[in-house]
Amino acid sequence: MKRTIYMYKGFERIWHWLQAALIILLLLTGFEIHGSYELFGYQGAYVVHIQAAWILLGLLVLALFWHITTGEWRQYKPTLKNLDKMVRCYMVGIFLDEPRPYTKTPETKLNSLQKLSYLGVLLFILPILIISGLACYFYNDLQAWGLSVGFGSLAILHTIGAFLMLIFLVVHVYMTTTGHSPLAYTIAMITGREEVPEDNRVC
Amino acid sequence: MDCLVCHEQSGKYKKFPTACGHPAYEEKNFGGKVFEPVDLNAVAKTVGKPGLQNCGVCHFFGGGGGGVKHGDLDSSLLSADRDLDVHMSKEGANHTCTACHTTINHQMAGRYYTEKAPLEHSMAMPEDYGNRISCESCHGSTPHETMTILDDHTAKVSCQACHIPRYARGGISTLMWWDWSTAGKFTEDCKPIVEKNENGRPTYHTMKGDMTWAENVVPTYAWYNGGMEYVTIKDTLPKDGSVEINRPLGSYDDPESRIFPFKYYEGRQIYDAGANRLVYSKLFGPKGSGAYWSDYDWQRSVEIGMAESGEEFSGQIGFIDTAMYWPITHMVAPKEDSLQCAACHARDGRLASLPGFYLPGRDRVSWIDTVGWSLFVLSIIGVMIHGLLRVVFRMARSKKQ
Repeated sequence: MKRTIYMYKGFERIWHWLQAALIILLLLTGFEIHGSYELFGYQGAYVVHIQAAWILLGLLVLALFWHITTGEWRQYKPTLKNLDKMVRCYMVGIFLDEPRPYTKTPETKLNSLQKLSYLGVLLFILPILIISGLACYFYNDLQAWGLSVGFGSLAILHTIGAFLMLIFLVVHVYMTTTGHSPLAYTIAMITGREEVPEDNRVC
Repeated sequence: MDCLVCHEQSGKYKKFPTACGHPAYEEKNFGGKVFEPVDLNAVAKTVGKPGLQNCGVCHFFGGGGGGVKHGDLDSSLLSADRDLDVHMSKEGANHTCTACHTTINHQMAGRYYTEKAPLEHSMAMPEDYGNRISCESCHGSTPHETMTILDDHTAKVSCQACHIPRYARGGISTLMWWDWSTAGKFTEDCKPIVEKNENGRPTYHTMKGDMTWAENVVPTYAWYNGGMEYVTIKDTLPKDGSVEINRPLGSYDDPESRIFPFKYYEGRQIYDAGANRLVYSKLFGPKGSGAYWSDYDWQRSVEIGMAESGEEFSGQIGFIDTAMYWPITHMVAPKEDSLQCAACHARDGRLASLPGFYLPGRDRVSWIDTVGWSLFVLSIIGVMIHGLLRVVFRMARSKKQ
């Protein structure tokens, strides 16, 4: 038996996909600026990188506002409850078709492991990228204010943040296939509607 | 310097090469060329404000020929198109030299020697910087209309670095290598040897040695705060057999320094191998005077040159490799021809060897890149294995059922 739940609201979906596109664009152009390959040409990569960064910052401010005003920020309240069971679920249970140790509902969309990893992005990876990125962009003003920090240190920090984000992206995209069908989560993020099996088993 | 050389407009005022600044007053011959006597009265009646020709008659030919010294100043500027020089071209700003090299009571404003680059990137007015000129004097420090990041570059990069992508662009080659050690060879019947390249430039001359010329040259870049350090005849040379005669001062950490383009002019010249110092050698004089260009004996020419200038000489000569930095500041190209980002922001770009700073696109911490890309690949392999296991276990389950 399956039932369909309205899981993601309109803003969440638009926010998610816009953010995904911007982060992928930032990674693509960022590693070109880093000298890893040639794609847009250095100037093109730089221009796109800066514009995408400003749009993403604006989007993040909107998302923050949305989460606070709707109370949705509670979705990310970290919990250690069931953490061991979630680890076991992904390491063992997912292969043996065991029932999941949590039920995804519109009120609690994230399991304890997801909460931790998204909080890691929100409180660690994004701040590293945003602070080092802004500091590079406003480096001359930083100097004028008397803050002496090496440009190289900022650039290296930004690179580390980018690698972390890249690896998050790989794992995150893979995890979308772990719904009750491989595309269930992706379709849910597009249409807002998610098919949930009654027995709460993974695919 | 006399009044006429700067102010006459007839183009007929020519100085005689060996007359210590005087023109020919009667018909004279030099190197197969006839110098007619100059009609000083007629020339004097043409005086006016100095044009390109007045300055160029000396500065385009420094070192004994066009483009021998400067890589960015030669007679091609007299008929420059906009591609060669936006300032001096008729279709460009149509400036004469004095548009920038302004004067107060005949004191010319220059750019080099010991002055610093403007620290505040504002208009470089005389009261701030003395009689020194800079691009900022007219263009200000934030002249880029479309991309603010380019204005940010002016803190560390000179205007010249990007806006003069190459020098010697006007069709006149500039001398890059001058090897005095091969001078003094003669044909079997004791005639001097002159070999020329397809542009008519000497590649070997008995009086001067081997020479290499080049056009459209990519500059050498160095940190430069406007000051130069010079090696003089009083200085003991480094022991490694080569010396930079002048060296631009500056570094990334010096807020007054910018990245600046130079002609890196190399050569090999006679020196005092015993005392390890540069020397004066007597080049020009009559036969028997010891002048190198008459007697072709380096030992005597150095002995006499040093004695006449009152310097000590160990008596032991040798040849040493030397280099000079000639600042490149003319031949400013149209903005569409200025350097693009990737000229420098690349692993092997123009600034590949400029030290002291982190340049995006050029620099990285290689172990961070190695660890980062390894983790990226491992994460992909990891999720693929995880996904494969899910498929395998599901197939096994469906078989059982």
